[in-house]
Amino acid sequence: MTDAELVAACRTGDEDAWAQLVRRHARYVSAILRGGYRLGDADAEEVFQEVYERAYTRLESLRDPAALRPWLAQLARRAAVDRLRRNAREDVSDEVADRADAAAAAELERLELALTVRAALAELPEHCREIVDRFFACDESYHVIGAALGIPAGTIASRISRCLAKLRAQLGGRNSAAAGVG
Amino acid sequence: MDDAELARALRALPPAPEAWVQAAVELPRARRELDAVLARLDADAAFRAAATADLERALRAAGFGAGERQLDAVRAHLR
Repeated sequence: MTDAELVAACRTGDEDAWAQLVRRHARYVSAILRGGYRLGDADAEEVFQEVYERAYTRLESLRDPAALRPWLAQLARRAAVDRLRRNAREDVSDEVADRADAAAAAELERLELALTVRAALAELPEHCREIVDRFFACDESYHVIGAALGIPAGTIASRISRCLAKLRAQLGGRNSAAAGVG
Repeated sequence: MDDAELARALRALPPAPEAWVQAAVELPRARRELDAVLARLDADAAFRAAATADLERALRAAGFGAGERQLDAVRAHLR
């Protein structure tokens, strides 16, 4: 389902669609809060729930369902700034919020690139998706990955290398398609 | 992109903790439960009195499993 289709389904009360919506964007929302706004774990957990609560209650107000992701990003940014203001001393809360927004802007740009890379990863064979995600995003060791996937730990590095080459090719193909080439 | 740039991009989106995700997934159910609690507080004076005296105990006795956020919402409703 596309994001627009998910939103439409959620609006009919489809809870499976809601679960899909949450899971599809959970990494992104979490990364905005922890990577972008540097919220600690306790604050990030609470704000993560706030973001999805706001999304759930305000879903009808989303004018363009295809723009779900940037809308969630906006909700996440506002919720993060609200939390930082609340945590700061009253006399410096505006300053804290402005600084956090400025610091988050660069990270949010990097997240857009990260999303492009993940979208390309999603088009690779499952064995590549799994091994690359476990090593880079989940920070698992060769030993843990090997045990989980039933493959020799000594082969993990070369497998990752081959999968990264495929990922680069996939990204290169995307760039060519976008430029109308080949 | 070279391998280092790819690695940075891939590391930028670690999984969200599963407990967080599951709580968000269960939001519709949690809201239905909360709505049921609030409706009962409005309709049942004895339940309201018990909840005012000891909220967590009253909710447990009534079979409602409320998390902290829901408890806050119920406290706000009782004020």
